[in-house]
Amino acid sequence: MNLQLLLLLMLLAPLVGATLNGISGRRLSQPIVSLIAYGSAGFSMIFAILAAWVYSTSTSQPAPFLHSYFTWIQAGDLRADYALYYDRLTLVMTLTVTVVAFLIHLYSRGYMEHEGGYYRFFSYLNLFLFMMLTLVTAANYPLMFVGWEGVGLCSYLLIGFYFRKRSASDAGKKAFIVTRIGDAGFSVGVALLFWTFHSLDFQTVFARIEALPQTEFEGTLTAIALLIFLGAVGKSAQLPLYVWLPDAMEGPTPVSALIHAATMVTAGVYLVARSSILYARAPGALAIVGLVGCLTALFAATIALTQNDLKRMLAYSTISQLGYMFLGCGVGVFAAGIFHLMTHAFFKSLLFLAAGSVMHAMNGELDMRKMGGLRHKLKITHATFLIATLAISGVPGFAGFFSKDEILAGAYEGPLGQPWLYWLGTITAGLTAFYMFRGLCLTFWGKSRVEPETQHHLHESSSKMTVPLMVLALFSIVAGYVSWPRVLGGGEAFDRYLEPVFSPAQEALRNTPPHHFEGLSAGLVMGFSVVAALVGIAVAVWWYWKSTDIPQKLTERFAGLHEILVHKYYVDEFYHCLIVRPICVTSDKFLWRKVDAGAIDGVLVDGTGHATARVGGVLRRIQSGNIRSYATWVLLGAVLWLLYIFVTR
Amino acid sequence: MVPLSHYLALSVILFVLGAAGFILRRNIISVFMCIELMLNAVNVAFMAFSRFLGSLDGQLFVFFVIVVAAAEAAVGLAIIIAVNRNRESLNIDDLDSMKM
Repeated sequence: MNLQLLLLLMLLAPLVGATLNGISGRRLSQPIVSLIAYGSAGFSMIFAILAAWVYSTSTSQPAPFLHSYFTWIQAGDLRADYALYYDRLTLVMTLTVTVVAFLIHLYSRGYMEHEGGYYRFFSYLNLFLFMMLTLVTAANYPLMFVGWEGVGLCSYLLIGFYFRKRSASDAGKKAFIVTRIGDAGFSVGVALLFWTFHSLDFQTVFARIEALPQTEFEGTLTAIALLIFLGAVGKSAQLPLYVWLPDAMEGPTPVSALIHAATMVTAGVYLVARSSILYARAPGALAIVGLVGCLTALFAATIALTQNDLKRMLAYSTISQLGYMFLGCGVGVFAAGIFHLMTHAFFKSLLFLAAGSVMHAMNGELDMRKMGGLRHKLKITHATFLIATLAISGVPGFAGFFSKDEILAGAYEGPLGQPWLYWLGTITAGLTAFYMFRGLCLTFWGKSRVEPETQHHLHESSSKMTVPLMVLALFSIVAGYVSWPRVLGGGEAFDRYLEPVFSPAQEALRNTPPHHFEGLSAGLVMGFSVVAALVGIAVAVWWYWKSTDIPQKLTERFAGLHEILVHKYYVDEFYHCLIVRPICVTSDKFLWRKVDAGAIDGVLVDGTGHATARVGGVLRRIQSGNIRSYATWVLLGAVLWLLYIFVTR
Repeated sequence: MVPLSHYLALSVILFVLGAAGFILRRNIISVFMCIELMLNAVNVAFMAFSRFLGSLDGQLFVFFVIVVAAAEAAVGLAIIIAVNRNRESLNIDDLDSMKM
């Protein structure tokens, strides 16, 4: 079993599944459709595990494995092969993606049972898996971009899955168009990269970047880095291109779990991590990455505080956590960012799947104000949701604590770390714990505010849905233990595992001017973040479980601020006013009426016709039928001809 | 000797008269007679040149022209009779059904 075959099989399995379901799924029964789907996802996972094992036991590791299958583009200097690149980072990504995808496929068997378009859903889901794996195993930027666009396409298809619902198809379009803006930046950045380095292969480009003298080309590198980051901003929903992600909750819940929590949105983080040497050599750009990540994390967390829709709250939470991942990369601790990517994939997808379970029980209702006390009827869902909430809040012992803490430590003392980044991150951690427990309390604890008609419908979900929940809950606990913090005496195995991948970048960052902060020791750094989390939890539990009128009073006292938060800082309205409306008006009044209907249709098409008709109308008068006028013309012609001959001889 | 230019002048005058009549006459038969006049004007020119250049080619060509004129007259008169049967008129302005 060699690695190139395994990787190819890992990629082809979901593609085959997607094709089978897409072409013949309509005629097949639901069990067969789902079998093809989770079967392919399962095979993909098995091949990913086998590939990981083969790679790990080969003698050449930790050197990356590179294999080119065929030449795809060859045009002068530009050469992009269909080539796969497998190193430790790829290993982490493929395992995370395939495991989570497989579990979500299993869950979807139960969740989508009563929905129409069953085969279509699974076809798209498998296609998405293929595209995502292409993205993370690509060996050059063009192939990665194929995967990038592919996941964007699948995201559009799946968000707008209930396409007869106007809001859903609008949300799909919004997602695609907003990420397109980022993709434009990505394309320009890649073009600039090619122009500078005459290659688009990862190995070649990164080697050339590493070989550059320290501060040369920094301007160009910064430009490239920022443009590529723009792509990440779009795809990973950071400021200012995050607006599509909350709307993307229109899609079925497994879609929200897989695409908009665990995998597609993390593609931007993967992009930055993969290009770590580029960013390390352009510290200005990297600082901006960190800044954007930190601000996004805080911004989204504040919005999540007041959301009443369960899935929307989780969506803003995702945006916030993605901000953390970019913060990690942005301060130079790339491994921590990837670590958080992995743990987040587990607990966030679990949160979404549990939310789906709640939604099923509540007959489609997602407003948390109409929930409450669900833990009695939905025991497994509640238990797993609780575990995931503890994980995301950064409670010690659960996965999120380890990864979040590493990022915050990096924010304080990492290569590009600044104390204020750490403090903002800690505040955000506190807010995260608060709003997550608010959600937990409103949904599962306390008195039941469920409407009577829905009460009868409350039931725990089938085992098809609860087993994946339990597996993910297990991962949400143990996934963190792969990296026991240094502060507590551990060896941070995960970070050291990824060291070969990020060492060129770390080397480069070591050369940036160091700074030392006489401030908190590493222990206190960890301590404060834990305290923030516990405070957040305590306040949430106090307000939303024990004494339930404080939120009401606060809403009244700070009504203005509350309004702003509930309306998400009016960003959507702002974009609508500034960008959407002008474009719509211009398109309608000018481009459609004047240019398309007026100039092109009117002048070029109709005008040509009219002109031809008019000229013809004039010329036809020669054909009068009057013989004498014909005779006159003949005579005239003969005279002119003779004159011509006499004049030219 | 009568100079060549006189003969040519005669030919030109006859031709112009024929052309003018061809355009200006209303009766179809008159138009045909004008056509014959134009052809004969050309015959005069051919004969004159034949005489003054000493070559018999011109006179031969006259034969051709006469034969063609005769054939054409025959066909043309047949057409006129057919048209007259249909339209009951010999006015050339009445034959205008080929207009756009």
